[in-house]
Amino acid sequence: MSPHLILRIVSKLLIPLIVVFGFYVHFHGDFGPGGGFQAGVIIAVAVILYALIFGMDEARRAVPPIVVRYGAALGVLIFVGTGILTMFMNGAGEPLNFLDYDALHPDQSHHSGQHYGILLVELGVLCTVTSVMLAIFYAFAGRVPDIKDEDW
Amino acid sequence: MPSDLTQYLDYALIAMLLAVGFAIVRLRNLFAVVMLTGVYSLLSAAWFVSLDAVDVAFTEAAVGAGISTVLLLGAMLLTARESEPAGKKRHWAAFAVVAASGAALFFAIPDMPVYGDPDSPANSYVGMDYMERTPNEIAVPNVVTAVLASYRGYDTMGETVVVFSAALGVMLLLGFGTGRREEDEEDEL
Repeated sequence: MSPHLILRIVSKLLIPLIVVFGFYVHFHGDFGPGGGFQAGVIIAVAVILYALIFGMDEARRAVPPIVVRYGAALGVLIFVGTGILTMFMNGAGEPLNFLDYDALHPDQSHHSGQHYGILLVELGVLCTVTSVMLAIFYAFAGRVPDIKDEDW
Repeated sequence: MPSDLTQYLDYALIAMLLAVGFAIVRLRNLFAVVMLTGVYSLLSAAWFVSLDAVDVAFTEAAVGAGISTVLLLGAMLLTARESEPAGKKRHWAAFAVVAASGAALFFAIPDMPVYGDPDSPANSYVGMDYMERTPNEIAVPNVVTAVLASYRGYDTMGETVVVFSAALGVMLLLGFGTGRREEDEEDEL
């Protein structure tokens, strides 16, 4: 019988909700407070909570460090890639601009391209921030053995 | 202004921040200090909400109270649980520096714009420009997001690269988290 039964069950219930809330903060960043950075931190916190309750090894199995390593670079690539994409999607013959989101969607009257662009670059920020926070956490927490209860 | 009751909330929050700050300085138990820094971040987040800076408050609550606390706990586990008691020696030079900078800050207060002043530098020039242009050019309700991701997309890209490089530095210094733990290494020695 493992200790912290209540903590385990409550966090099992909470962790999916925390992740969903993180994505809500990302996709709702145009309309309310928040954005990719905050969403990334919230999702990283969900994994860190999992690691604190169920142990580092379980967390490493759920989100392997290799995913974290590639994720950090992938986020930067998404951001820069969006910028490069806008340079090549400009079909109107206008000057090519890096990170000019209006090129992403033909509907200029509602500025849909801006929405897509903001969501895309924020997705890049989310990816990098989540991975970086987890990478730092893994780097720190991976150096000490899990703490026994009586040590606190 | 008796009609504006939120200012008393601000005073209460600032008083609590001061109290937590003094407690952090006085305490010797590092675990309690780490927890109090989390409390400090949450209190400042609440204060930012009261100042209508919800985006900043959000970040402060998530990063300051969430991630930093966990990282400080991890760092604390690598060192000691108690800090060494400070000596009885009084650091007069340090006190003089603190007193001088505090006096300079008080000296600068009259030059600060009044809280909520619509003509303050932060509320005029380019800030107002963004407020006026965003509904027509970007069409997103949250101007903070429009400035961050669209008008200042380059800056945000630079920030993302900075965050990435920070992780790169930590990973190069401390390992990727894939290495064996200390206990495993000790077993083999």
